[in-house]
Amino acid sequence: MTARPEAPTATTPHPTGRTTSRRAEVSRLAAQNVTLAYDQRVIAENLSVEIPDNSFTVIVGPNACGKSTLLRALSRMLKPQAGSVLLDGSAISSQPAKKVARTLGLLPQSSTAPDGITVADLVSRGRYPHQGLLRQWSAEDERIVQESMEATGIGELGERYVDELSGGQRQRVWIAMALAQQTPLLLLDEPTTYLDIQHQIEVLDLCAQLHEEQGRTLVAVLHDLNHAARYASHIIAMRGGEVVAEGAPAEVVTADLMERVFRLKCQIIDDPETGTPLIVPAARTPRKAAVR
Amino acid sequence: MSTPTKTSPRPAVKALRTAGGLSVRLHLRAVLTGVLLLVVALAAGVLLIGTGDFPMSFGDVLTTLGGGGNPGQELIVNDLRLPRVLVALLVGACFGLAGAVFQTITRNPLGSPDVLGFAQGSSVGALLVIVYLQGSTVAIAMGAVAGGVVTGVAIFLLAWKRGVHGYRFVLVGIGASAMLYAIVLYLMTKANIVEATRATTWMTGSLSGRDWDQVWPLAAVCVILVPVILLCGRPLAMLEMGDDSAAALGVSTGRVRILALLAAVVLVASATAAAGPIAFVALTAPQLARRLTRTTGPNLLPAALMGAVLLVLADLASQRIFGADQVPVGVVTGVLGGGYLLWLLANERKAGRV
Repeated sequence: MTARPEAPTATTPHPTGRTTSRRAEVSRLAAQNVTLAYDQRVIAENLSVEIPDNSFTVIVGPNACGKSTLLRALSRMLKPQAGSVLLDGSAISSQPAKKVARTLGLLPQSSTAPDGITVADLVSRGRYPHQGLLRQWSAEDERIVQESMEATGIGELGERYVDELSGGQRQRVWIAMALAQQTPLLLLDEPTTYLDIQHQIEVLDLCAQLHEEQGRTLVAVLHDLNHAARYASHIIAMRGGEVVAEGAPAEVVTADLMERVFRLKCQIIDDPETGTPLIVPAARTPRKAAVR
Repeated sequence: MSTPTKTSPRPAVKALRTAGGLSVRLHLRAVLTGVLLLVVALAAGVLLIGTGDFPMSFGDVLTTLGGGGNPGQELIVNDLRLPRVLVALLVGACFGLAGAVFQTITRNPLGSPDVLGFAQGSSVGALLVIVYLQGSTVAIAMGAVAGGVVTGVAIFLLAWKRGVHGYRFVLVGIGASAMLYAIVLYLMTKANIVEATRATTWMTGSLSGRDWDQVWPLAAVCVILVPVILLCGRPLAMLEMGDDSAAALGVSTGRVRILALLAAVVLVASATAAAGPIAFVALTAPQLARRLTRTTGPNLLPAALMGAVLLVLADLASQRIFGADQVPVGVVTGVLGGGYLLWLLANERKAGRV
């Protein structure tokens, strides 16, 4: 597991090989030689990943490749058995929880909305890391909550109960809560799972907007490769607990790499809307010359 | 906030802010509920003091409490009935508060200490003292505290798997409850008739004959642990959204859970030592408080006040209907709470959660 296969198309040299002269460029969030495991089940060994600042990084890979596990480690939900996750140069596990929560936000795969909670109330919980016993609800908190709701297009829903919203709206509420946390880094664990296609695009457009307009660093795990190719500025492709390739979508999403990462034969064409790579999986049998 | 929609009521949240940057968040309905519950608890307490073989009017009780009664009234109020009412208020509040902590952490309205075997654990402790040591009231109380705390730690350790989680904790607790009950039955077979009577009375939960010796230790425990639990209120509210969400917001989930649970376990054990394992107060109080405040979060203070109200009202009902010390208060709460439990189970079934 220790020998990493060459990643020919990845342009970024891997962080483990970084020299000290580039120290100033080390990004805010990075995993260094981490071993990730649930009890005895090792998911990844000696894994190193660096999240480029101000990027919209998307982690892709087949099921059980360790992409969600990596995201859990980056968001300190999973403590590495070896190695460490560094946030702003020091181990994330040794920093106070509230301090980390002011820098790094996470949208978990599943969250439970408490019974009978309103949208505004749930979003306002995002302010928790900025509050204290004697500073529970400042005018600033109130303003940021309102702004977060407007940025996610739920500004009018504040008094509604979360239970009565559609799946897409509910996901916007959770994203608004993460926004209210006002962290420069935001991690999203499969934010589009369980959503209809139009809501998936809605959520991804929102992410792109947050990345472009607010300059936040976003890291998301996505299942849909075409979504990754269209929205990401940086893709990390994983297989079997290892990073196989990383770089800009045009460099990573190639027919050769898709076959290596996903065991998928495909063609890559230009997305007619955006010019980003679009994956067209090979058919089991070639298309009949003409369907008559 | 410019255009409130009409679909649901605007939550009345007000913030008190000072120029120095301090701010406190207030849910108006929760505050009003709290004040109301406090008034009801105190009024019912005064009525309870006036109830008995020597009845006193509401006004007379207040005058005597204020120091203006005649020597006979002072003896009855200050020495006999006031400590009993104080024990009722404190025990009820402890059960309500601990119940709210347990239900929040297990994220389950059934996850309350009386369902999870704490009552049985305390009973085993108390029965060991009664049957094998023929101990005094104080010794029985110590046995009950020890039994409750040991049960708490045991359930905690058995349910521990990378942290304590809702359903696991509830299931282990129900299993522990069944096993401990078997031990209680075994101890009863070993007891002679006097010991068995004593044990049964203790296990029913009763307030009769409680005096200042029960008030002071319980009050001391409350003074230390109630603030600890109340300080956990805000992080506990975050835990409602799931561990990951709470941790992402900067809650040290493991630490909060252990601290709040330990404090709640000691609170339940101490309350049980003072009055016996009075059934169902811990189960019902948090849910009733929540329905009144209509506020999310653990509703710790309203749950504590509701517990106090429930226990004092149950004792008042028992004394007014059946006469002084004819029926232990645990029987009344058991009957009422059993009905509530049925309703809760039916409701949970409808919601598809059981």
